[in-house]
Parts: sequence; C-alpha cells; structure tokens
Amino acid sequence: MDITRFVSTHRKLLLGGFLILVLIFLATFPLYARAYDIRVLIFVLIYVVLAVSWAMFSGTTGYMSLAPAAFFGLGMYAMALLQNELPFLLIIAMGGAVSFVFALLVGLVTLRLKGMYFAVFTFGLVVFMTEIIQYLETRLLGKHGQAIVPIDNETLFYIMVGVVVATVLVTYLIRRSRLGLAMLSIGGNEEAAEHMGVNTTMVKVLTFAISSIFMGVAGVVAAPVLIYVNSNIAFSLYYSFLPIFMATLGGVGTTYGPVMGAVILGYLDTRLRAELFNYFNLGFGVIMVLIILFLPKGITGLVPMLQDKLGGAMRRLRKGDREERHANT
Amino acid sequence: MRILEGQGVTKFFGGLAAVSNVDFAVDQGEILGLIGPNGAGKTTLFNLVSGALPLSSGEIRFKGRKLNGLKPHEICKMGVSRTFQETKVFTNMPVLQNVLVGAFFGSPKHVSAADAARQANQALEFVGLSAVSTVPVKDLTLVSQKRVEVARALATKPELLLLDELMAGLNATEVSEAMELVTRIRDKGITILMVEHVMKAIMGISARVMVLHHGEKIAEGTCSEISCNKTVINIYLGEEAHAGS
Repeated sequence: MDITRFVSTHRKLLLGGFLILVLIFLATFPLYARAYDIRVLIFVLIYVVLAVSWAMFSGTTGYMSLAPAAFFGLGMYAMALLQNELPFLLIIAMGGAVSFVFALLVGLVTLRLKGMYFAVFTFGLVVFMTEIIQYLETRLLGKHGQAIVPIDNETLFYIMVGVVVATVLVTYLIRRSRLGLAMLSIGGNEEAAEHMGVNTTMVKVLTFAISSIFMGVAGVVAAPVLIYVNSNIAFSLYYSFLPIFMATLGGVGTTYGPVMGAVILGYLDTRLRAELFNYFNLGFGVIMVLIILFLPKGITGLVPMLQDKLGGAMRRLRKGDREERHANT
Repeated sequence: MRILEGQGVTKFFGGLAAVSNVDFAVDQGEILGLIGPNGAGKTTLFNLVSGALPLSSGEIRFKGRKLNGLKPHEICKMGVSRTFQETKVFTNMPVLQNVLVGAFFGSPKHVSAADAARQANQALEFVGLSAVSTVPVKDLTLVSQKRVEVARALATKPELLLLDELMAGLNATEVSEAMELVTRIRDKGITILMVEHVMKAIMGISARVMVLHHGEKIAEGTCSEISCNKTVINIYLGEEAHAGS
C-alpha cells in the first residue's frame, strides 16, 4: 500500500530483478532486432564502458582526465595491427594490457600534477597520440589509416555485453573496497589522505591504469564497428569529452549514474548525429548547459530531490486525508 | 625517553629561513606546547615532522628512526598522526567514513573491515561524536569538524599526535572541553605536540613549552619559566619602555 516503504525494504530484490530484466533484454536483443539497431546498441554499450570507467577514476579522485580517447584509440589500433595475427578475444586482452601499461607510465609521470595541470596534460596526450601515430604509421607502414575486417554483429554484441558487465562489476567492487575509500579520500582532501596513511601516488596511478584497461578494450571492439580507423578517428577528442558529458549527465557519485547518462546520450549521439548533425550539436550544447545549471549532481541527484519533494507532498496529502476524516467523525 | 628529536632542523622557502637550526625533543607521554607569534614557523615545523615538507638541512628522529625523506603516509604508519590548522576533512564523506580512512590506512598492518569499523566507532565515541556518525561531515560546525580530525588521527593508532591550533576559533566553553579532550588523549598514553595561540589552554595542560620566533627557538621550559621569560614577554607584549609610552 505504501509504495516508498515497499521500495526501501525490498530494494535489493527490486534491483536484482531489474538487473535480470536488463540482462534478459540484452541477451535476446539480437534475436529480433534489425542489424542497424544492434550496431546502435553496440556503440551505446561502448559509451557506457567509457563513461563508467572515466567516472570510476575521475569522479572519485577529482582528477579530471581528458585522456579516454588516448586509451580508446590505442585499443582501436591494437585491433588494426593485430587483426590478422591473433584471435579477437586475445586482441581484446592485448588492448586492455597495452592501455594498462601505457596508463601506468603516463600516470607515474603526470599524477603529481594537480587540478587544471593534469587536465591540460591529458588533453595534450590525446593530441600527441594523434600526431605520433600518424607519423609512425606513414613512416613505418607507408599509409595513413587501416581497414578493419568486419566481425558479425551478434558476436560483437555479446562480447560488448560481457565487457559492460565486467566494467560495471569491477567498478562497483572497487567503489565498495578500501581502494575505493582511498580514492574518495583523495577527492575529499588529498593532503589529509596522504597524512592518514593513504599512499596517494600508488592509489592514483593504479586506479588510473585500471580504468584505462576498459577504455582500451572498448576501443578494440569499436574498431570492427567503424570498419576503418585512422589516427584522427581513433584519437578524436570527441571520445574524451562525450564520456565526461555522459557521466556528468548521469551523476558521477554512483556506478549507475554514468550508465544512465551513457545510455541516454549514447543513443541520441548514434541515432541523431547522422541524421541531424548541426541541430544535434546545438541541442547537445543546450543540454549540457541545462545539466550544469540545474542538475549539478546529474540524474542521480534528482532521486533525493524528488524523494524530498514527493515525500513532502505525500505527507501533506496524508495529513489532509486525516483531517478530512476527523472532520467527518 | 625521547620519542621525537630534532637536530639543526632548518627549512628555507627561497631565501627565507622559515625554521632555522632548531633543536628540540619531545618526551614520551608528555604534552609539549609550541607557541610563537604568527609566522614564527610553528606550522612549518609540524609539516617537517609529518613529512609534508622536505627538510633543507638537519635531522628529525622518531623513536630513534630517521624521518628524513619519508613520505607522509609512511610517517603516519610509523605512529605519527596530525590535525590541520585549517580543517582538512574529507568533505565528500559522512563522519564515520572520514574516521574509517584513518583506521584502514593508518596502521602498518592490514586492518580487517570489522576491526576498522570498531576502531573508528571507538574513536568517534572518544571525541563525543557517535551521535552524528552518519551525518555528512560538511554539515558539521567547525568545532565538530576539528573533533572529526582528532578522531581520524586517533584511528590511525598514533604514538605521537601533532595538534595544530585545535582551539583556534572556539569559545570559552569549547576551549575547556578541548583541553579536557587533549588531557584524555595524553592519559591514553599518546604523546602530544601542540601548536596553540590560546595561552590559557597551553599553560593549563602542557608540561613544557617551546617558543619559536622568526623560525628560531628562543626559549624552552616549564610553563612558569616561560611566562616569566623576558624575551618571550617582549615578543608577545612589546618591550616595557614601549608599553609605557
């Protein structure tokens, strides 16, 4: 009878049921969907991975990374260069491993930079990658850009579902672990965290590298969807900014926030960008401004706000109800 | 027994000697007060002990082990904890989580989740904040935030606690409560080095006092010795001739 109480007492059950429904939907989707829709959903899932892994590091530590495109592009190039050498699943592992090692090296050099400087450096990293890969490609391979042999939709789709599940699960577990607490303490006050025994450098470098694994893996899967990559496509700054917008829209404070943001914006992006390019960018800008102005905590921030408002309204209603009854007796 | 010792401790900021050739020692189980006018180098000395700043020259030893070159998180794990002059709480967490950070990471050994929770709750109870453990720390008053910092430091199981102006900005009642808290911490067997401007507090609870001025140590002794010391009086009150005119 009381819906809010029912939700709060059976929260775990409802959440579990919801997740099972989502998984059933994903598992059966290729059975009835058109090929085009499957490709749209694959790219939405790729954005989910980028947004969730970005929020896992930047959302908690407060270190604004603009580097997702660097690791995402690295994954695409891993696929481009290894597609004839290794089986696809092994390339996925390679893409993750290469991104991890690269992020570890980058992190060791740059994570002593604070605030703006870190953001600027990671921005520069993406630009640098675009140039250096193009240079190496033309010098060593004598061409710019790589054709990728397509892989059938169903395989890509199910692999991507697996990647999303792994990303969300790992992010959720890290968030609940002591590593997650350490990251959060760095976001709260890094100096205090260091003085309370948190090895802040180690935590930052490690979690930056872990989040990059998923970005690299997403890149490997994205390559055969795009069929052709060159350094401008693979290391496009769009892939850095879009996940940040998505995570901000959803709310970076939780694991499900970036998922929601990525699903909404990712769907709009893949569907509408091709059809209404100019209007889409305009609308996108307006959406971002509105989020920042009215929803600084994203969609997830709406929940407590609505609970507050709705709760108040319900109480007033119930009170009115009771008064009415009193009046009748 | 000396728990903390400094020899020729010096810190330059560019050409300015913020702390200059200071020798000091803290005895196990005592409360040592550190006083001096603004800019005397008190907080800099704290930062040198806790590892926030590297020494320019000199040496600091904790229980005979050299602290030079160690990172703050390593020094914390050795048993030195601190609070900050401007509170540095984790504003993105509830009170209990703040203290849990200290409990989880402050000890050199691996602490289980159950032990950490127990330690954190004990520390909160000790400082009198059990009732607000689930409240976001940013919603607390300054006094309570300072207590959160103390609880967080205690959760790291320190042997030496550095308190940086715990009582700044507190009213008279709050000061006496804070004094009582510091004494109780000492009674737990934790050595305390405290920077304080509130003279009543320093004179009330510390056994010895050390005075810094322009980065140099100008006096050291028991409270009564210090309060009669000519140089100290001159620095704090101005010279007599000036005072009369």
